[in-house]
Amino acid sequence: MNNQTASTPPSTMEKVSAGMGRRYARERRFRVYGMLAVTLGMVFLATLLFSIVSKGYSAFQQTYMELEIHFDPEVLGIQDPNNAAQISGADYPGLVKASLRAEFPEVSNRRDKRTLYGIVSSGAAFELRQMVMQNPALLGTTQRLWVLADDDVDMLVKGHIDRNVEESGRRMSDLQIGWIDHFLDAGRMELRFNTVFLTAGDSREPELAGIRSAITGSLLTLLVTLSLSFPIGVAAAVYLEEFAPTNRWTDLIEVNINNLAAVPSIVFGLLGLAVFINFFGMPRSAPLVGGMVLTLMTLPTIIIAARAALKSVPPSIREAALGIGASKMQMVFHHVLPLAMPGMLTGTIIGMAQALGETAPLLMLGMVAFIVDIPGGVTDPATVLPVQIYLWADSPERAFVERTSAAIMVLLGFLVVMNALAVLLRKRFERSW
Amino acid sequence: MQISTLLFVLAALTIASYYLGRNRSLVVADRNIRLLHSLPSYYGLFTAIWCAIPALVVLLLWNSFEGHLVTQLVIAGLPDELRNLPDTRLNLVLNDIRNIVAGGVASGGEPTPALREAAAHYAHLESISAMAMTVVSLALASLSAVLAWRTIRREQRARNNVETAIKGFLILSSLIAIFTTIGIVLSVLFESIRFFHSVPLTDFLLGLEWSPQMAIRADQVGSSGAFGAIPLFVGTLLISLIAMLVAVPIGLMSAIYLSEYAAPKVRAIAKPLLEVLAGIPTVVYGFFAALTVAPLIRDSGSLIGLDVSSESALAAGLVMGIMIIPFVSSLSDDVIKAVPQTMRDGSYGLGATKSETIRLVVIPAALPGIVGGVLLAVSRAIGETMIVVMAAGLAAKLTMNPLDTVTTVTVQIVTLLVGDQEFDSPKTLAAFALGLMLFTVTLVLNIIALHVVRKYREQYE
Repeated sequence: MNNQTASTPPSTMEKVSAGMGRRYARERRFRVYGMLAVTLGMVFLATLLFSIVSKGYSAFQQTYMELEIHFDPEVLGIQDPNNAAQISGADYPGLVKASLRAEFPEVSNRRDKRTLYGIVSSGAAFELRQMVMQNPALLGTTQRLWVLADDDVDMLVKGHIDRNVEESGRRMSDLQIGWIDHFLDAGRMELRFNTVFLTAGDSREPELAGIRSAITGSLLTLLVTLSLSFPIGVAAAVYLEEFAPTNRWTDLIEVNINNLAAVPSIVFGLLGLAVFINFFGMPRSAPLVGGMVLTLMTLPTIIIAARAALKSVPPSIREAALGIGASKMQMVFHHVLPLAMPGMLTGTIIGMAQALGETAPLLMLGMVAFIVDIPGGVTDPATVLPVQIYLWADSPERAFVERTSAAIMVLLGFLVVMNALAVLLRKRFERSW
Repeated sequence: MQISTLLFVLAALTIASYYLGRNRSLVVADRNIRLLHSLPSYYGLFTAIWCAIPALVVLLLWNSFEGHLVTQLVIAGLPDELRNLPDTRLNLVLNDIRNIVAGGVASGGEPTPALREAAAHYAHLESISAMAMTVVSLALASLSAVLAWRTIRREQRARNNVETAIKGFLILSSLIAIFTTIGIVLSVLFESIRFFHSVPLTDFLLGLEWSPQMAIRADQVGSSGAFGAIPLFVGTLLISLIAMLVAVPIGLMSAIYLSEYAAPKVRAIAKPLLEVLAGIPTVVYGFFAALTVAPLIRDSGSLIGLDVSSESALAAGLVMGIMIIPFVSSLSDDVIKAVPQTMRDGSYGLGATKSETIRLVVIPAALPGIVGGVLLAVSRAIGETMIVVMAAGLAAKLTMNPLDTVTTVTVQIVTLLVGDQEFDSPKTLAAFALGLMLFTVTLVLNIIALHVVRKYREQYE
């Protein structure tokens, strides 16, 4: 009997059981791959955010140093304290230099002197000028003032320049470090909150560069985009969803909208350059043109979202409105549209968030200009926040790296707020019928 | 008058005409609304539309053609020796004139009397034009509003008229999508055709060398420039390939895990977090690639003795892949969800494990949808600009080595077009030819992908 069972081929059950271990192992492996993929995605996100924040948080502080400034009319070259033109044209950098010379009388060599002057930002002289112009009584007095330090000093204080590296291999000489330590030891050099970064326009000097002009440019551009794309997007969605007959034309429009949503953004830039700027002769670098191009780009997003919102309004609402004698237009504008509005607004905010982060088409439209002034209108030359980030990322100074990261943090902050608003709107007003 | 003030006055006129029209309807009906065909507000809107629309149309046309017309008139008024200059020189003269008008300085120092006279002429014409525009548009607005106001009768179908106008606006809005596409096609096509007049199509499509430097003088060294786009296509493909190698496995596996395995709580947290990756602006990825990933790859490459370029295709492709992960995962998530539960149940009933069900039943069933999603992702990778502009190189090398530096179509478009440029050099026009290529390829990919996805959806509905 035993011999017989041994020689019979294994039953199906046995075959299945024999493979079970392998199959379960494979099952576990597959599951682990899935978890690994999700974790990897999270790790990428975390690395990205960490690298930005760790590089950028220090830009919100800036090194200031205390100088003893003697407002000597002779150094300034002011003969008549009542002469406004003389005051505004006076030699303020000379004041800073004189103060530094008084601080370190032992520096006599011409070259060393020039390096010494370099530890104070060139913005300090402007600040002094501002002060004297506001209050000419300062002339002849001596004041202890906190002024901006140079960006290299700032980098050293923040520890981005390694003191332990050999002198020839670092951006700062031992001499300079000695001067800086002199200030640090006396408590006359410290990190303060960086208001310049938030209130100034662009500058070639990192310590004087800020994002205000870029933010204003972004807001103006978004304003143009919003005021064009929202009405047009909603109108298009209403027509396609409520009025359009189903024929080849509306089919064509639909296919078109879906395709436009996937056209590379840089192609929209080419369109703007060839049509708006070259053909219609609109101004370069202007938020108006940027906003118009971004409108064309965000329209598909808004139209698709708005159509989904209209679709979610149940037909009973429409029938009820028509039943009590409303015209079709009244039915749409008095009943359907208000109910679909939260969904449409959510889609619009998401479209605006996209537009805020867009860079490539704006490069084509000349919004890469070096903009110091804060733009005042939609036809003034302007740049936008992402383009500012791009420009700074190209700058060689070490101090611009932290500023770029900080600008990215501000940009991401805006995006988080906008998306949170969209989520809130959806949660608050979403109705299930 | 400033254009903004003009618009403001026009808006005020429109609002006034609304109330006038509304009142008129009430007067006509002796304050008895029932006698009117439409509600009084429709009569108001009717008048307001007649006030605003014709004036706005005139303003728009005026603004589009004013500059051209004024320029032509100024040219006609120039002395003969200036008027007969070649086009490029004439443009310089015109720029000088504009500068003088704006209070700036002409390029050649002190302007000649002829230029000064032309500038005065220009300024004079501009002020006449501005004045005429104000008068014409405001007069037209008032006139058409008054005419509309006079036609108001009890039995007038004001609501129908207003609704027709609104419907016209709706139709016009939905046509903008088509106008945009036509605009894109025409703008890149025309400039490309001009480009192909100077550089033959075959040289462009099959040439192996890309160096778009055009000489300023004809006798300069290397004056011809080479416009062979093959290295750009290869570079674009290489970076996109790397990106897809990162994005497809990670995106697909996380979609499978999140839709088939993960607990609802995990899914509720992990899915939005993954989608954050899609919301981050590309310029941020570019910065990340150029300042974090590229040095990392170069340093780890030199550790194991590899010579890695600091602008390697690998860095750009890797980061682009990260950006595309959520794109792949959310599209695959949708199609995996669309596979009917009955198919899974059938597979479980036959004794298959979960992973076997997914691999042998769900994925094959969802494959067309997934392929469509991947195609969309490819078209996004090809068209992606900022990451490659910031992290990939400018040198057009014909290589498939991911550690070497390559350049892409989008990088070249940006480098050719950023900054001041003339619209008649092949260098600038080449950007439009590249744009045409880019648009065509992505359009074809999109159409195929959307078609596949749509067909697939119908299959299980």
